[in-house]
Amino acid sequence: MASLRGAVPDSTSSTAQPRVLEISWRRRIADYVATGFAVLTVVLVLAPLVAIFGYLVYKGVGSINWAFLTKTPMPPGEVGGGMANAVAGSVLILAIASLLGVPLGIGAGIYLAEYGRNRFGDSIRFVSDVLNGVPSIVIGIVAYAIVVLRQKHFSALAGGVALAIMMVPTITRTTEEMLLLVPNVLREAAYGLGVPRWRTTLSIVLRTATSGIITGIMLAFARVAGETAPLLFTAFGNQYWNWRLDQPTAALPLQIFTYAISPYDDWHRQAWAGALVLIILIVSSVAAVRYVVRRGTLGGTA
Amino acid sequence: MGVGIQVENLNAWYGKSQALHDINLKVEANHATALIGPSGCGKSTFIRCLNRMHETSPEASVKGKVKIGDLDAYNGTSPTQLRRRIGMVFQKANPFPTMSIYDNVAAGLKLNGYNSKKHLDDIVERSLQSSALWEEVKDSVHKKSGASLSGGQQQRLCIARALAVEPEVLLMDEPCSALDPISTGKIEELIFQLKEQYTIVIVTHNMQQAARVAEFTGFFLLGRMIEYDKTEKIFTNPSDKRTEDYITGRFG
Repeated sequence: MASLRGAVPDSTSSTAQPRVLEISWRRRIADYVATGFAVLTVVLVLAPLVAIFGYLVYKGVGSINWAFLTKTPMPPGEVGGGMANAVAGSVLILAIASLLGVPLGIGAGIYLAEYGRNRFGDSIRFVSDVLNGVPSIVIGIVAYAIVVLRQKHFSALAGGVALAIMMVPTITRTTEEMLLLVPNVLREAAYGLGVPRWRTTLSIVLRTATSGIITGIMLAFARVAGETAPLLFTAFGNQYWNWRLDQPTAALPLQIFTYAISPYDDWHRQAWAGALVLIILIVSSVAAVRYVVRRGTLGGTA
Repeated sequence: MGVGIQVENLNAWYGKSQALHDINLKVEANHATALIGPSGCGKSTFIRCLNRMHETSPEASVKGKVKIGDLDAYNGTSPTQLRRRIGMVFQKANPFPTMSIYDNVAAGLKLNGYNSKKHLDDIVERSLQSSALWEEVKDSVHKKSGASLSGGQQQRLCIARALAVEPEVLLMDEPCSALDPISTGKIEELIFQLKEQYTIVIVTHNMQQAARVAEFTGFFLLGRMIEYDKTEKIFTNPSDKRTEDYITGRFG
């Protein structure tokens, strides 16, 4: 505002002066209104998040103690015990899901962005978008059919496969979009140095798009980390420790579900605590990955 | 050392539209050759055919013969082999944004599997010196990203990157069009020094620039090479009427 009025020379006739002032008033009000609206929307977006987290802490933090984090569940009706095996099971299942889903998703994304400007690419894009919309319970059934029935066992592997299937479309599409954002002049710069196409894709294009792709992976990860439905008849749940891939495995969302619908007050409290732990695990793993990625980038990079 | 370039009956297309018609040209080794002409006349397409960059565009095709020294570009040579012997500098500086200054310069060698640390240090320093950037960045080659430099510095970084693979030919596609006069001056000075060791082909919209840096100049119009001669001759006494019209500013 000040610079606008300042741009008008002092020698301007006196009639011009009020008009400039008038416009600037209108603009000032419009500015306040627009800024206020933007702030309001931010508050509206953040409010549910803060409310959920606050309520979880309020309900759950009292039940988080050493036993909760180190013990396995007690038999129904008995007070005490914990969800340590469920935390470990979730980590195991998510590790399997990430190991399967991330490379597959990134690979498919690379294909779509760098080689998939054709019919086949379009059909993959379509299938991937449809897969993204398939209800998670259906994906659970698929994993049940292709892994559990074959193994004749509920297992951590089956749970991991179900979650991996859910991760792939998100990762594929974000990878593709991030790679397409990499300016073509960078590809040409590498080709110009005699770098083969595959190497350009891996070392230049993929590397330039890394932070965006990581965001996509984290989104997919956070989304599946809280999934319950696809684990119901794949990982199945387990009251005891399990580290074997071919055995039924506890998972936090499953445990929360079981406890929340139980008739016992202590289990209800533990369900809240489990929910809080789950959220903390998701947030801290996302934050950790971001931190590591940021440390690896150079100063002055956008 | 630079090598000569020989082009015979070169035609190029984007899809169905023909961008180059029967270009014949002999570029002298260790000289600078400028290509001038109005926008869209095919000069960029032409130099992109020299290192087979043209064919990376969708639906692009080429017919004709290009010899870089004794290497037949379109016959029995792979594009990567060819491009390792030809450096290219683009209109807009395009350093790799995730890499340090050092890694940008070393990129051509590292990405082609060359990894001797000691040797790389030497090459990076030498390349940055030949592109007149060393003094400005020597304290931060590892710390700073290539993208953190100013526009003119970025372009000199790209020249260093091209020089690091020790090419025989250096193609420059309007290397100064995005730079201020001071940076332009530095790069022109550089071209002057570089042509002792490299064969340089430079596309430019700036006719004064062509006159300043190049011994030979080719004039392109509508995908045809109208005239090719010593720069002095082109600018003082062109043999074709269209060349004269263009350089005197009567059209284009």
